[in-house]
Amino acid sequence: MAYNEILISGFGGQGVMAIGLTLAEAGMSEGMNVSWLPSYGPEMRGGTANCGVVIADSEIISPIVLEPSELIAMNLPSLDKFEPHVKKGGTIFVNESIIQRKVQRGDVRAIYVPSMEIASGIGNMRVANMAMLGAFIKATQLLKYDTIIAMLTQLFTGSKAHLVGLNEEALERGAACVD
Amino acid sequence: MAKELWKGNEAVAEAAIRAGCRCYFGYPITPQSEIPEYMALHMADTGGVFLQSESEIAAINMVYGASGAGARVMTSSSSPGISLKQEGISYMCGAELPAVIVNVMRGGPGLGTIQPAQGDYFQATRGGGNGDYRLIVLAPATIQEVVDLMQEAFDLADQYRIPVMMLLDGMIGQMMEPVEWTHTPASDLPGKTWATTGTEGKRPPNIINSLFIDPDACNRHNQHLEEKYKKIIENEIKYSINDLVDAEILFVAYGTPSRLARAAARLLGEEGIKAGVFRPISVWPYPYDALREAASQDSVQAVVTVEMSTGQMVDDVRIGVNGVKPVSFIGQAGGVIPSPREVADAAKKALGR
Repeated sequence: MAYNEILISGFGGQGVMAIGLTLAEAGMSEGMNVSWLPSYGPEMRGGTANCGVVIADSEIISPIVLEPSELIAMNLPSLDKFEPHVKKGGTIFVNESIIQRKVQRGDVRAIYVPSMEIASGIGNMRVANMAMLGAFIKATQLLKYDTIIAMLTQLFTGSKAHLVGLNEEALERGAACVD
Repeated sequence: MAKELWKGNEAVAEAAIRAGCRCYFGYPITPQSEIPEYMALHMADTGGVFLQSESEIAAINMVYGASGAGARVMTSSSSPGISLKQEGISYMCGAELPAVIVNVMRGGPGLGTIQPAQGDYFQATRGGGNGDYRLIVLAPATIQEVVDLMQEAFDLADQYRIPVMMLLDGMIGQMMEPVEWTHTPASDLPGKTWATTGTEGKRPPNIINSLFIDPDACNRHNQHLEEKYKKIIENEIKYSINDLVDAEILFVAYGTPSRLARAAARLLGEEGIKAGVFRPISVWPYPYDALREAASQDSVQAVVTVEMSTGQMVDDVRIGVNGVKPVSFIGQAGGVIPSPREVADAAKKALGR
């Protein structure tokens, strides 16, 4: 039975909300129950932002993610704040590009993704969050890779169609960070 | 029909348009500004009116005017803005004008915070304006329920000629959940023969008014309103109950805390303690009798109220339970959300464990 409580956290502008939305949309299109709850504050770009996503094959009781089964930490304050709350046996995805330290807990799985190096290698910094997503999908097996690709193909059409390939590349390179 | 992912506030607005709302008047305030934003984008497509007023007070009086002219009309705001609308709400109750008013509650008092809270329960259910009046207050807990209740809110407003408040909290406004849009057949509602639509010289003028200078006339008007409120109590109470079988603990919560209570019930279940959740959906009229019946069940040892306030609905819980079982309270205010663990611990304390 799947009941995943995912927390995505970082600076505003890092695509934190977008990762969460992509996960929620993908979960829904695979027939699961989903919820997406942003923390909202007066900050815009540069402020802290996080969102909780629940993906479950049963009814979602509470949309509030206090003890995540998966944490995607896009910056150091997020790792500092939420590492202690991750469930035992959970997984922490660390944006290695700007987080200098390692995960300290021994009872969780840690996956390190140099998302910004991946993005600059591809030539578009805006796909950094997709690298994190790629690692998430590979490590959790919660969602199908093809579901994400189908969503990207729907989202980017016409003059933006070339972005599908860039995003796909980022997903794959992120996934490659998972052993 | 396929499910779509909708943000609570946007779902409110879309559901209103689908319910035939054709006039929206409001003023932006966090955490509900997506409602006017959505209305600004989409109301014109329906031939309706979107107007950002100069203030909340202006907005509610525009609602009064449009409703008087027979329009399906709504406004929305969040706590401090809803406070400003109270005079207008009292006048609308006095003049028997239908409308839907959405309150996406944030922390108070005063300007408080933009984070979700439930501190407006007294204001919503007891009335923040003057005089003997009531309005129907509906409190959904999921986005799907928001959507389903919006249509009903407009119908109830027209059926009883009364303002209906949708009482949400900031979390429901800001979160996204899948929604299935189902076709709701239009209710069989009487025509608005009372509306001020112009006589065309064919009938005496309709008058919409809340002023009754003569005390006997004003008393008669109050008695007439009271009869209407009794009918609403008789016919329009809504609630839901989860996991009541063998429950030792009965949680009572509306809106978001009802989901926290269910998460707490799950935690308690892991420790072998059975807990049920009673959730009022209409908080006025309040499901007093149904609550008393649930609390009276032999297995129930304690009733625990959960709110995102320092304790407001708990007064109604005490009225409903009426001493048949002990009632306690757990809550946080000002934008802090009680955790399911805290709620579970409060239940254990109530059981003396």
